Amino acid sequence: MKAYLAILSSRFRMLLQYRAAAVAGTITQIFWGWIRVMIFEAFYRSSDVVQPMSFEDVVTYVWLGQALLAMIPWNTDPEIRSMVRTRTVAYELLKPVDLYNLWYSRTIATRTAPTMLRSVPIFILGLAYFGMESPESTASAVAFGLAVIGAVMLSVALSTLLNISLMWTLSGQGITRITAAAVILFSGLTIPIPLFPDWAQTILRLLPFAGIADTPFRLYVGHIPPHEVIWVLAHQLIWTIILVVWGRLLLNRGLRVMVVQGG
Amino acid sequence: MPQVTVENLRKTFKIAERDPGMWGAVKGLAVRRYRTVHALDGIDFTLEPGELVGYIGPNGAGKSTTVKVLAGILVPTSGKVDILGRVPWKDRIEHVRGIGVVFGQRTQLWWDLPVIESFDLLKDIYNVPSDAHRATRDRLIDLLSLKEFLDTPVRQLSLGQRMRCDLAASLLHSPAMLFLDEPTIGLDAISKLAVRDFIKEMNRRNGVTVILTTHDMDDIEALCDRIMVIGSGKILSDGTLEDLRAKVKRERRLVVHLAHDGMDIEDPDAEVVKREGNQVQLRFDPEVISAPNLISRIASKYPVRDLFVENPPIEEVIAKLYREME
Repeated sequence: MKAYLAILSSRFRMLLQYRAAAVAGTITQIFWGWIRVMIFEAFYRSSDVVQPMSFEDVVTYVWLGQALLAMIPWNTDPEIRSMVRTRTVAYELLKPVDLYNLWYSRTIATRTAPTMLRSVPIFILGLAYFGMESPESTASAVAFGLAVIGAVMLSVALSTLLNISLMWTLSGQGITRITAAAVILFSGLTIPIPLFPDWAQTILRLLPFAGIADTPFRLYVGHIPPHEVIWVLAHQLIWTIILVVWGRLLLNRGLRVMVVQGG
Repeated sequence: MPQVTVENLRKTFKIAERDPGMWGAVKGLAVRRYRTVHALDGIDFTLEPGELVGYIGPNGAGKSTTVKVLAGILVPTSGKVDILGRVPWKDRIEHVRGIGVVFGQRTQLWWDLPVIESFDLLKDIYNVPSDAHRATRDRLIDLLSLKEFLDTPVRQLSLGQRMRCDLAASLLHSPAMLFLDEPTIGLDAISKLAVRDFIKEMNRRNGVTVILTTHDMDDIEALCDRIMVIGSGKILSDGTLEDLRAKVKRERRLVVHLAHDGMDIEDPDAEVVKREGNQVQLRFDPEVISAPNLISRIASKYPVRDLFVENPPIEEVIAKLYREME
């Protein structure tokens, strides 16, 4: 356990040093958030129908998405990519640690450190100037906090699975693009899930992606009452377990091929 | 009792091949042709605690394959390996905890971390108690003179500095055995000497068993009591340096830079191997004529600008040995 914590914290500290990337990311995300809010404003103004989510909630939902964008499993780890490409993954096995846990730990850092750097300024600016609201209640805030932890675990499990898939696809371009598109659309980052047609919502609620963004965000705005956090966490946990087991099986198969054929 | 026992170790690779050109590529889609390569073709040896063994052979002979199997990161096709009572690839995590490995071609430190942080991270990964870690670390830093670049990220180190750090990293958890795969590759003379001295020190003082693969004959001469030569997946020779010399006729090379182009050198005891511009390479047997004698004879007869003596490349020695064994 100590080994994995050490790997996590060292990678975390390393990633905190990328200040220029954080500034650029923050500016980009504020810009996009602003555009998205304007689109939703146009949409809400042009329709008289009562929407399943209030405009104020949608604005907050959009800003949460912008603030936590770096947490989304949309890309693969460049270091693992180059290890696979240069056939040096086997050297990872020289350390007395479980490879899945090693990769999972480093991915926690990859998903959280940049998010920390970007989310703080976006939260502050969003709350102060861009119409973002504070959590519905203290209970909502607590529920949101728990769900974000669940979202990180889930997002990291999916990212780790993507990283492992590199052992088959080498470049990872195709799988990354497909996954990124799926994650961004199905997690509610493009359009909040409550605004999808009912039939689509039924499917999207079952898929893992909602647990990465939609459910935590709706807990924040109070669209899901705080006491229902237990279901959100259960959904996240079940998918995390499925993805971890899947990732482990895939990694073992990949390693078996590699340690048998050399690499 | 031996620390390492290797019996009839075999490793076979299947390599996919295709004919060149467009037609070959199209044909490859339908029919895959495989070639079987016997990287290890029945290797046997044992190592006693505290031995320092040189493991040499030409590229593709199976050196790295052997090291990878012993390190637990490659599963052999058949055969037995027992290291400190464990089968490396079956009990990998416990096995690698007790060994140190350095691959000269590739660092195992964290590219973006300062050296000292890499060391701290290794302490946690190997779960070394703080006191023991501090003592070992400080001693290694001292022995390898790492002090001045401890705060430098690994990617900014020179190759020689990096290799010294890699050596230290491989020993932080005080392993009983050390596998070194070409640790002096690409190093300058001073770094090579530092690395050699250090390996010797670790072996003599701390009793660490060392397996060293290299292409550098000087590494072997400076360090190894025992030399195993591998060729085409088989052990061709296993014994002391003298045993090896006795198997292959001793030979040296004299490279002469002449003052003018197109001149020729003739000498009764030396044979011209190569001629390139004003540079002539001669082959001679130091038991027939000593290097100083040959040099003074040539220097007195020809307008020499520069000259130096070198050992024939290890590949040639091995190739010669291999031809002789056939």
